[in-house]
Amino acid sequence: MSTIFEVKNISKSFKVYSSELKRVLSWFGLRFKPRQENQVLKNISFSIAHGEAVGIVGQNGAGKSTLLKIITGTLKPSEGSIHIGGRVAAILELGMGFHPDLTGRQNVYHSAGLMGFTVAEIDAVIDEIEDFAEIGEYFDQPVRTYSSGMQLRVAFGVVTAYRPDILIIDEAMSVGDAYFQHKSLSRIREFQKQGTTLLLVSHDKGAIQAICNRAILLEKGCVLKDGDPEEVMDFYNALIADKETKNIEQSVNVIGKVQTVSGSADATVSSIGLYNDQGQEVVTVGVGEGVKLSIGIKVHKPIPSLVLGYMIKDRLGQVVFGETSMSHGVIYENLKVNQHINFTVILPLNIGVGSYSIATALSRGKSHVEGNIEWKDLAFLFDVVNLNQKDFVGSVWMQTSLIENKSED
Amino acid sequence: MQRHKLCTLSLGGLMLHLLKAVWAYRYFIVSSIKTEFRSRFARSKLGGLWMVLHPLALVLIYALILSQIMTAKLPSVASQYAYPIYILAGMVGWTLFSEIMSRSVTVFIDNGNLLKKMAFPKLALPLIVVGGSFVNFIMLFVVMFVVFALLGHLPYHSLHWMPLLVLLTIGLAVGIGLFFGVLNVFMRDVGQVLTVILQFWFWLTPIVYMPSIIPEKYHGLLMLNPMTGVVLGYQNVLLYDKAPDLTVLVYPSVVMLVFLLLALFVFKKANGEMTDVL
Repeated sequence: MSTIFEVKNISKSFKVYSSELKRVLSWFGLRFKPRQENQVLKNISFSIAHGEAVGIVGQNGAGKSTLLKIITGTLKPSEGSIHIGGRVAAILELGMGFHPDLTGRQNVYHSAGLMGFTVAEIDAVIDEIEDFAEIGEYFDQPVRTYSSGMQLRVAFGVVTAYRPDILIIDEAMSVGDAYFQHKSLSRIREFQKQGTTLLLVSHDKGAIQAICNRAILLEKGCVLKDGDPEEVMDFYNALIADKETKNIEQSVNVIGKVQTVSGSADATVSSIGLYNDQGQEVVTVGVGEGVKLSIGIKVHKPIPSLVLGYMIKDRLGQVVFGETSMSHGVIYENLKVNQHINFTVILPLNIGVGSYSIATALSRGKSHVEGNIEWKDLAFLFDVVNLNQKDFVGSVWMQTSLIENKSED
Repeated sequence: MQRHKLCTLSLGGLMLHLLKAVWAYRYFIVSSIKTEFRSRFARSKLGGLWMVLHPLALVLIYALILSQIMTAKLPSVASQYAYPIYILAGMVGWTLFSEIMSRSVTVFIDNGNLLKKMAFPKLALPLIVVGGSFVNFIMLFVVMFVVFALLGHLPYHSLHWMPLLVLLTIGLAVGIGLFFGVLNVFMRDVGQVLTVILQFWFWLTPIVYMPSIIPEKYHGLLMLNPMTGVVLGYQNVLLYDKAPDLTVLVYPSVVMLVFLLLALFVFKKANGEMTDVL
């Protein structure tokens, strides 16, 4: 795959002058030093190949939007260079450039003009855009009467009317309803097949893992991690959990997946396993089979209160099921050093065929964000196979039974 | 990528580069001008006509209040309506000038959100302003001729000088407006100050009064105002029905060129930083 776009050593700093007059005078050759330079991006380099789908994640203020603006061209980098080998289309904000008093149709012409299209080019696709938006008569009503979802439909239709070489999507997409999200997603996938490169900024882990084949984690203006989405998202997850402890480890486990462990490690999960009726440890479970999930915890430092949580994730890292000990009314209190805890639940695995992982979390409060003791991704791996159930597809197994089967002529 | 070259270009190269970029966005510029008018009519019955009615109302007010004093000062014109025609002639030019200028000063701020979110040539924005104001000017010009006809005055011998005068007016307004418009992005007081200056400027230009009522020794000062020569041109063509005095147009042309170059210069310098502070 050839590189479509490359970012080389990009830095961006916003200059702050003690007086704006100094800034103006500095254009005329007078030497004034900015009082401070807020560096938002530091030395960022990466390159993206044709057809790649890259998710950009990071906490608020990590520099995601600035990076996207530099790529779109609205901001200039202070240092470094960008090489873009194609047309960039971006949805950075919902209905940007839409005029509230114009109809949807008029706005399509207007905002497509803003993207540099000619009237003839828009004429050729206007019907397609109308069909895609599926907002019926509203298409000829003023945009001010639109809901935000309707605006998104039209906006997305315009931006994707012609296949761009690079498509940039900011969080705006989240206002679409489920139907439209599917529809837009399939269009994005279609573009991807034809070679469009996708840049997606989102806090939605699911979206990143479902669409992207690569993720870049920005933190304080630097690229902290660049790689497989699941690995990066686990790391990101650990990062937001770990504001206090700053202790994240990633290691490659037996099956070559990267495991992320973070937290203060005042207590750790010492054992985890699935056990069948006979009490044997299993890693392959039949659909619908009831197994016991047993988690052992070892305490290393006194802890006033501890909650255990676990999540079962599918191979894409999407959470299939998760709960905490609190769901069972259990909070461990006043734990002493070297104390052992054993937590066992019966788990009827009514889930689809596939490979799954279990992540565990020990925290001081309800969620791992408020006091992360240990967060462990890929703590346990198992497979679900269909041993004795009827054939089915999907991620959930539902026990169905036939109650009527008539055929009439 | 082209856009990052901007800082390294010479002024001439920059101009060519900008013209190319703007040409690519011509449909957007035209559609924006259309949008402006459509949205004006979208929610008010008279819509764009208000842009014409405002200056006409002003002319009416001045004509009613000042005509007794001023008519005596226009002995060379036979029509009893000489004074209203005089104001109207000057007002048409001034309206074009002040509208472009005041809008150019705030054009980047008004479109700040757009500039931050979409990549398009920034220079398209002042062109939209010019286009919109020019359409207003045409409407006002047509209505003015209707009024002229009603007053029994039809100047047509020198109308071919109009394009030159209009070009000069637009050039001056864009040059000054854009120069301060760029500064206004960084120092918002500039816009406020300019609004006030524009008010004074109107009265420092012989639009409602004739230069002859000003003592001779101050005439030099009056001519320091680049709009004086231009407005005198409008009055020559539209009231006296004769060619404008080209000698008084030299100075405004020089001022126009200076400001256009200055505007281009600060625009080039500020281009990278503008979106940072919007």
